[in-house]
Amino acid sequence: MTQPHHDSDLLFKALADSSRRKLLDLLHAYDGRTLNELCEHLDMSRQGVTQHLDLLVAANLVATVRRGREKLHFLNPVPLQEIYGRWISKFEKPRLKALDQLKQKLEDNHG
Amino acid sequence: MARSTFVYVTYIRTTPEKLWSALTEPEFMKEYWFGMHGESQWTAGSPWKLVASDGKVAGDGEIVESDPPKRLVFRWQDRTKPEMEAEGPSLCTMELVPEPTVVKLSITHTIECESSKLIVAVGGGWPKVLANLKTFLETGTAAIARPAPR
Repeated sequence: MTQPHHDSDLLFKALADSSRRKLLDLLHAYDGRTLNELCEHLDMSRQGVTQHLDLLVAANLVATVRRGREKLHFLNPVPLQEIYGRWISKFEKPRLKALDQLKQKLEDNHG
Repeated sequence: MARSTFVYVTYIRTTPEKLWSALTEPEFMKEYWFGMHGESQWTAGSPWKLVASDGKVAGDGEIVESDPPKRLVFRWQDRTKPEMEAEGPSLCTMELVPEPTVVKLSITHTIECESSKLIVAVGGGWPKVLANLKTFLETGTAAIARPAPR
């Protein structure tokens, strides 16, 4: 696959599917699994699981490591951290600051 | 033997040389590693330590392999908590692979110990450090160290 690993469209697309989210949850519970181990938990063909994994790898949500003949899959949470920085903490901080100021103002008035 | 492994990958719009500097120069490291920095000659066999902002040693070990700006492997013995210290040294491998417009940075952290507390602890930290490192190299400022936007 090509390498648009830093494309956030790919990242959100990869997350917009319940089977792929299940694969991420499976890897979160126990990391470093082979394709066969992952297939056991999903009610779909081996080829279907491979396609989902390819999309997760393209989005950089899954990293693979070769160990001998085996290919192990690891959850890579770095892009999720980037989403958090871009979409959550950025919007959360001003509100937390506003709440903090409100608290200080109200408490000052009473004190 | 049972082992615990975490793998982290990020793609950064930079050069391998700049990324290597960011990974090995204390002044750069403090910018994105929450005030912590590494101290070493960064050559195979030389000692390594991770120093917190208060000067305490959070971890130490030695450099196992060093091939700038491509590959750095070091042993990491935790010095923050007795239960993590008891697990013995972990091995941290950093690999830098240039691609047309970005550098792929892979960090593999392994310890010969099942359900390692250290790996879980660093597992919470690496994504933040790497997301911060990426923002720092791409924009010149670390995301989490940045003051709140208005």
